[in-house]
Amino acid sequence: MKLGFSPQEEAFRAECADWLQAQMTGEFRDIRGITTLTAKAERRKEWEQHLGEHGWSCIGWPKAWGGRDATLAEQVIFAEEYARAGVPGRVNHIGIELAGPTILAFGTEEQKRRFLPGIAAGSTIFCQGFSEPGAGSDLASVRTKGRLEGGEWVVNGQKIWTSLAHISDWIFVVTRTEDGSKGPKGLTFLMMPLDQPGIEVRGITQINGDAEFNETFFTDARCPADSMIGGVGDGWKIAMGLLAFERGVSTLGQQMAFRNELDEIIAAARANGAAGDPLIRQRIARAEIGLRLMRYGALRMLSNTDHSKIDGAALTYKIQWATWRRSLGELAMDVLGQAGEIAEGEAYEWGTLPNLFLYSRADTIYGGTNQIQRNLIAERGLALPREPRGDL
Amino acid sequence: MEFAFTDEQMMIADTAFAFFRENATSDRTRKAMAAEGIDRELWSAFCTELGLSGVGLPEEHGGSGLGMVEFAIIAEAAGARVAPLPMLGLATAARAIAAGGSEAQKAEWLPKLISGEAIASCERVAQLAEQGGRLTGTITPVPHGALADVFVFFSPGKAWLVRADAPGVTVAAHVTMDQTRPFATVTLEDVLAEPLADPQAAIAALHAGGWICLAAEALGGAQEALDRTVAYARERVQFGRPIGSFQAYKHRLADMLVEIEQARSAVYWAACAVDEQSDEAALALHAAKSFCADTFFMVAGNMIQLHGGIGFTWEHDAHLFFKRARSIQTMLGNGSFHREQVATMVLGEAA
Repeated sequence: MKLGFSPQEEAFRAECADWLQAQMTGEFRDIRGITTLTAKAERRKEWEQHLGEHGWSCIGWPKAWGGRDATLAEQVIFAEEYARAGVPGRVNHIGIELAGPTILAFGTEEQKRRFLPGIAAGSTIFCQGFSEPGAGSDLASVRTKGRLEGGEWVVNGQKIWTSLAHISDWIFVVTRTEDGSKGPKGLTFLMMPLDQPGIEVRGITQINGDAEFNETFFTDARCPADSMIGGVGDGWKIAMGLLAFERGVSTLGQQMAFRNELDEIIAAARANGAAGDPLIRQRIARAEIGLRLMRYGALRMLSNTDHSKIDGAALTYKIQWATWRRSLGELAMDVLGQAGEIAEGEAYEWGTLPNLFLYSRADTIYGGTNQIQRNLIAERGLALPREPRGDL
Repeated sequence: MEFAFTDEQMMIADTAFAFFRENATSDRTRKAMAAEGIDRELWSAFCTELGLSGVGLPEEHGGSGLGMVEFAIIAEAAGARVAPLPMLGLATAARAIAAGGSEAQKAEWLPKLISGEAIASCERVAQLAEQGGRLTGTITPVPHGALADVFVFFSPGKAWLVRADAPGVTVAAHVTMDQTRPFATVTLEDVLAEPLADPQAAIAALHAGGWICLAAEALGGAQEALDRTVAYARERVQFGRPIGSFQAYKHRLADMLVEIEQARSAVYWAACAVDEQSDEAALALHAAKSFCADTFFMVAGNMIQLHGGIGFTWEHDAHLFFKRARSIQTMLGNGSFHREQVATMVLGEAA
């Protein structure tokens, strides 16, 4: 059992750090430190292309498709250095982390040739169409319909929470293609271009005033028949496989962003005297401890090579970080006091800490709410009886 | 990334867990609780037959080398059974002697402590008069103090070795809430004490050892308390279904696992950091002690609640876990103390 990374991995870390720092102090210094997903979208698309040109776009992918065949440790290190350098989040993270790996695993050679080069080059931005107004936590109850007509899929329905759909080029959607089917059966996974008359994207303004999410409406929207990943009726299998790709690669990078947030709180507490309050000190200590434990939990999860057993660290990770960050937002406001409730300018726009306070309320909802996480932990991790399914 | 047990560590874990599961039974523990609070036969078997008592102690004095990760594995296994054993004395006093004692002190005490022939205890002293190498004062509460053959007492910058049979030493056992690790008050009246040669090293070693021991015991106890509660949730039927199928029940069990997984990271992070002499070691130790103690208490409290009435009975083992958890929370510095140390590291001294 060891804490750190190998000397070779540390050398790779230095290489990543050098390159990223150079970009963030040079050509792309104007986007450094942006913490929302929507600000300066056009510049961030250029950044995606810049990453592609220099081979840093999708290092975990095979070399043949624009990646570097990077090991899990190297991917983790890159994610960590990416966040440490203050580089804003990837506007194409869905393409790189979900769409690409799904096509690599389940797509045909033709589909790989059609989609992967664009995703790797940062010129094809993907978003995800899973949730619907009636299918949130209960993803299997999607109702958006797909039917084959004259060599094309024709899609009707509505998706929601389609993050960044308004700046994306493609969307992958889970559609119900078998009439009368229920639950996970009869679903098909389709790739659709967003720029077409049958698709309308409307922004949803969130509690922090930002609009990263959308509603996406499909009215006789079309895509070629061969835009289907897997076969007709394989949609659930593909969607679930896709959710498994995320094996913790981005966790340490995400934690580096959390580190920056906690450091900002510590700096604010020192500056305004809150650091002298014994209760605030206890809470900052708890936050610090929680963040460190998150790191070592992620390292345990990433070091685990035995995937035959349920990994408790992996299973509990989502609720752990989401709950930790929500508390961090509350701590931030208690440190700032009323100053945190007053915007700096004329617009309803928030600095890092007040925005953290508001945004973190979403953390315990998206990607599986805390309640769903507890069900998963209890049913998969502790083998308790499954929740009975109501049938309406 | 190798933050996982090696094959050798897995083997130690399998051996230690099997040993305590088989031998540290509820019946034996209860017999010890009703008597002096120790299962001497079990301790002797652990020290001699199993041969894991020398883990983390120097080989030239009968130890088996290895490090705090291996020691934590053993303490976790013992903690899972709330075994009434002087494990903490081995983690604190023996390590203090190994790190800060003279060659003669090491040669005299370490082999005996490792073989189980002698039992050690350790406690911080608040007030002690020292005159010409002789100590006078009262030290309380001393864990397993009534059974110890040798004590290591310490205060900032100072540490002494005191023999229980030295003239002027009186020991009074207390009825203690956690009967698996009863306290005693030790009174010294002009007692000849042997100072440890390097008190700083001794104190650092006993703190690291003690905090890791308690954190690992807490982790083992918490995991076992969860496992037993889950087993009960699957078999107990009310309203026509296993109570473990109700979300109110399930979610509480899930929250217990969320804490335990973090506690597991904390114990092995701290143990590894000490073994690797990492800069993070101090922070990790404070994190592990405070987090694991809180986790164990939360889980043990839930164990009683989720068992309903039977969990409140003397007959059920839930109270063994609950009382051990309570005792660990305060021992060797409470949660607020450890978190304040962390706060000082990240924020600087309180104004």
